[in-house]
Amino acid sequence: MAAEGKTIDALGQFELKTVLGPIGEAVGFTQSSAHMLLAVGIIIGTIMIGMSRRAVVPGRLQSLTESLYEFIADLVGNQVGQHEGRRFVPFVFALFTFILVGNLLGLLPYAFTFTSHIAVTFTLAFIVFVLITVVAFALHGKKFFGYFFPEGAPIWLAPIIIPVEVISYLSRPVSLAIRLFANMTAGHVLLKVFATFVVLLGGLGAVGPFIAILPLATNVAIVGFEILVALLQAYVFAILTSIYLHDAVHLH
Amino acid sequence: MPDKDGFEERLRQARARHGVDTPPGGGQLPQGGTWGFGLRAGVEVVSALIVGVAAGWFLDRWLGTWPWLFLLFFVLGSVAGVLNVYRLFNPARRGPGPS
Repeated sequence: MAAEGKTIDALGQFELKTVLGPIGEAVGFTQSSAHMLLAVGIIIGTIMIGMSRRAVVPGRLQSLTESLYEFIADLVGNQVGQHEGRRFVPFVFALFTFILVGNLLGLLPYAFTFTSHIAVTFTLAFIVFVLITVVAFALHGKKFFGYFFPEGAPIWLAPIIIPVEVISYLSRPVSLAIRLFANMTAGHVLLKVFATFVVLLGGLGAVGPFIAILPLATNVAIVGFEILVALLQAYVFAILTSIYLHDAVHLH
Repeated sequence: MPDKDGFEERLRQARARHGVDTPPGGGQLPQGGTWGFGLRAGVEVVSALIVGVAAGWFLDRWLGTWPWLFLLFFVLGSVAGVLNVYRLFNPARRGPGPS
């Protein structure tokens, strides 16, 4: 794939292809869906195996699972409130682990990053958006609309404030989706570009391989950086979800 | 009057438990330095603009008023973007009442 005909093909890696032969073709089962299933399998497998022993002194997998759960439970508890937040912990946990494993899976060679598609990230963000709106409606009813117009503001400002607040509210899922998608796509494009440099420079006569060390070293650094981004973006998605849930529960 | 049964303390704890007061510091996004802030501010502005422009464009197509609503919502989207960034930098504005 890299450097076909001495060009840089940085976006080819995001192309969707069907897998599983004719069956996959018939139902449109792509490598993206396959990686999603794999991510879900990894998550469920880790939790099931990790929690099967239920030792008082946890082993590696068990303590991984436990600290992951406590991390999310603390995060949601701090944001939404220890009491109200309880019921949202499973949702945020599923969201966080799915994005985290998806991001990290994509860093493996030959793997596909499903979080680099805006269709996927926007779907996740839209689920969050629907949830916060439904929660706000269920808890506050009509008072939810007070969200779009602060109490005590002069009434003649309403034609300006209300559309601005509505747009600001609607921009939440868009910014959630764009942030994750842009971070993952940019990182993978960068990796691919530098990897192509290595191949192209390596073929440049006698000095080529020595110059090619530079982009190779850069790529090693970028991989480290991408691992950080993968963790950070999953965290940011989870914490923004919790902040929005806080707004929905407490309406301000 | 002396606070003999620790009412204030219990009230504070109860408020924190129910998430009415966001705990200072830990309640916000990680402070990822100026880079992170700049990128996030950019995303907030762009997404508000996208929503504004999309809303204006679709309303125009529906009502046949091109390009007036588009222009209006472009401005509203920009204002919403600035508002988003303002909230990003002033997350402490979570007092009583909707904001």
